[in-house]
Amino acid sequence: MTFISSHQDPEALSLTFVAEFDASVERVWQVWEDPRQLERWWGPPTYPATFQRHEFVPGGSASYYMTSPEGEKFHGWWKITAIDAPRRLEYDDGFADENGVPDDKMGATHSVMTLETVEGRTRMTTVTVFESAEQLQQMLEMGMEEGVREGMGQIDALLAEPARA
Amino acid sequence: MDAGVSYNQMVVDQTDDARLDRLFQAFADATRRDILARVITGEYSVSGLAAHYAMSFAAVQKHVAVMERASLVTKEKRGREQIVRPDLEGVQKARRLLEEYELIWRQRVDRIADILAEEKE
Repeated sequence: MTFISSHQDPEALSLTFVAEFDASVERVWQVWEDPRQLERWWGPPTYPATFQRHEFVPGGSASYYMTSPEGEKFHGWWKITAIDAPRRLEYDDGFADENGVPDDKMGATHSVMTLETVEGRTRMTTVTVFESAEQLQQMLEMGMEEGVREGMGQIDALLAEPARA
Repeated sequence: MDAGVSYNQMVVDQTDDARLDRLFQAFADATRRDILARVITGEYSVSGLAAHYAMSFAAVQKHVAVMERASLVTKEKRGREQIVRPDLEGVQKARRLLEEYELIWRQRVDRIADILAEEKE
């Protein structure tokens, strides 16, 4: 099982999500650090992400866009607020205009990602705190398509798969 | 076929947009989150709440009004007091949005697992 647990706190508008992988901490860190690997999982296959910039250093920024099935591009940004490789990453992210300029009125989400070794596997914990409904909704519109299309049953089936060796 | 449009309508009922904005504005403030936590666990009047915060009665009343518009709480007149009660349906709505967001992460970690598995094949 990749998925371990999650906790939603509607009062704080936050989601804590815990997953474990059969790989080293260093290897899981790479899927965040390497933009070519990051863009393979950040967006769903139906809205693939393309990272044009990915400065993986404290104070660094990233810019990317996701392409809809109709070819429409949705731009987003990251701001790296803290990095302690290969264990901890803090970043803000949000939506941007077509030139990659952050859209301030949409608000940002604040995330902390940590990696730790638990019984030979790597545990990844992400805590995301939201500011606005609008941003959450747009994220849902882009990120949920796959889930809506395939249905909740499909996701349960995916999660029921035995751990990959 | 425009899958994007039909999809948007499925995720969040468009008629709910204004209500959701009010809901999230209400959640965005620490005092209002604290007020919500209090009225869920105990019975409070507006003046009873005001005693807990270093702000005026009017300021607390304003916070409660924001939460009322967001359907997070309701007010009930009792004598000269106004009792503030939680609107659990509003709280559940926020939870539903977070559940949808959780699905995004479920899908992401599955894709990460696929990437990690490639090297072992």
